Amino acid sequence: MIRAENIYKSFGDQEVLKGISFTFEAGKNNLIIGRSGAGKTVLLKILVGLFPPTAGKVWYNDQNLCVLKPQELRQLRLKVGMLFQGNALFDSMTIEENIRFPMDMFTKRTPAEKQKQVDYCLERVSLSGINKKFPSEISGGMQKRVGIARAIVLEPKYLFCDEPNSGLDPKTAITIDDLINGITKENKITTIINTHDMNSVMEIGDNICLVDHGKLAWQGNKSEVLSSKNETLHDFIFASPFLQKLVNQINADKI
Amino acid sequence: MIKDALEHFGKFVAWQPQIYKKPENRSMYQKEIIRQMYDIGIGSLGIVFLISIFIGAVTSVQFYYQMEGTLIPPYYIGYVVRDMTIIELAPTITCLVLAGKVGSNMAAEIGGMRQKEHIDAMEIMGVNTSAYLVMPKTVAAVLVIPILVCVAAILSLLGAYVASVPTGLFTAAEYTRGVRSFFIPYNVFMMLVKAVVFAYILTSVSCYQGYFVKGGSIELGAASTRAVVFSDILILLSDYIIAVLLTA
Repeated sequence: MIRAENIYKSFGDQEVLKGISFTFEAGKNNLIIGRSGAGKTVLLKILVGLFPPTAGKVWYNDQNLCVLKPQELRQLRLKVGMLFQGNALFDSMTIEENIRFPMDMFTKRTPAEKQKQVDYCLERVSLSGINKKFPSEISGGMQKRVGIARAIVLEPKYLFCDEPNSGLDPKTAITIDDLINGITKENKITTIINTHDMNSVMEIGDNICLVDHGKLAWQGNKSEVLSSKNETLHDFIFASPFLQKLVNQINADKI
Repeated sequence: MIKDALEHFGKFVAWQPQIYKKPENRSMYQKEIIRQMYDIGIGSLGIVFLISIFIGAVTSVQFYYQMEGTLIPPYYIGYVVRDMTIIELAPTITCLVLAGKVGSNMAAEIGGMRQKEHIDAMEIMGVNTSAYLVMPKTVAAVLVIPILVCVAAILSLLGAYVASVPTGLFTAAEYTRGVRSFFIPYNVFMMLVKAVVFAYILTSVSCYQGYFVKGGSIELGAASTRAVVFSDILILLSDYIIAVLLTA
């Protein structure tokens, strides 16, 4: 479980987050949603410890992330995996070397054990057999999956995904969602996904936090989204004219 | 401008303890040091060879021009070329050139990693990125650059010979006598001190510029340029300080 407690963040005069409190639950897909510029990525980076908050606390169970010493922070981070929006795969390393990197750095496993874990992770993301390719030789969707494989190689307790579906076609996006959902449920980890993909919200949103203008505008789960009367949520969900027309059509047909 | 410079200096000094912390995995750091030693050493041999030969050649020809017709014996040219090379030209010119080649490369490499979120990814894995990305480069440079400077000194003496003896400016015997005259081993020590200090400056300043880069490709280009300019300025400044301290 991760708990954000009254988080504020300012960059110079610009106040990006204005007192957000939210609990991200274990074994669930916790979604941070909101429009571009709402403060989602800043919140995610604060939760993962890349930005310090101006005020507030981030609790990983009973550990306050904001007061940890560098060595304690590094120990905690061994339990964290992250998928970046741009994948952040190391260009000069092969796929296998990318996935093996955290094991090389932090474990004393034998080469055979490392190889077994790399193969398992690649199989888990349905990419067996691309070990020797370089990131530039595979598609964007495959790069996302390799990013997930690298994020789960040390079997983290916390998985962070920054816009996992950005730049992907709808079908590939569904595959990525299913993969993240499967990993979360199988391993009972706390997964936090920063997204504005509506399909993700409706399919895997176990615990949703809507951020608007730096504040928590709504919270709930996927089954509560459509029945909610929250205007900000409504505006966000039905921002697409196509979706709005579709809903109107369905309502008209019902009448 | 002075405030900015002081801010950067303070940030640079405060950053140094982060770099020299205990490695998470010694073998990973060793591998990286060896890779960097190869890149810096073998990768720079060509340019060092070319520059050293020409520096030696030009120095000997110009000294001959200045001393021609004077009462100074011709073998003194070998002596002056040797000491000029060892004390000043080999360490300083080599490191100024390496600041352009190696330093800009390091700034661009680390800055590129910052922009592509590779550094963030490593931080989240628990890697001390300041140490992993900078320490191997600094250690490799401090080990390899003094060797390159020694190679540069030898090649400069060879360049002086090639430019002067076959063209008849003076004889091989005169040049050899000059090179072997009045040799002070302490000068070699001074050359090595300079090489180590310059190597540290050019790697740490360049890595600093890359590590803290913000923005896009234009800012990365500017950081790479700053890495070279500031390294060169600091090398020249420290050259003066070392000269004063070691010759006092």
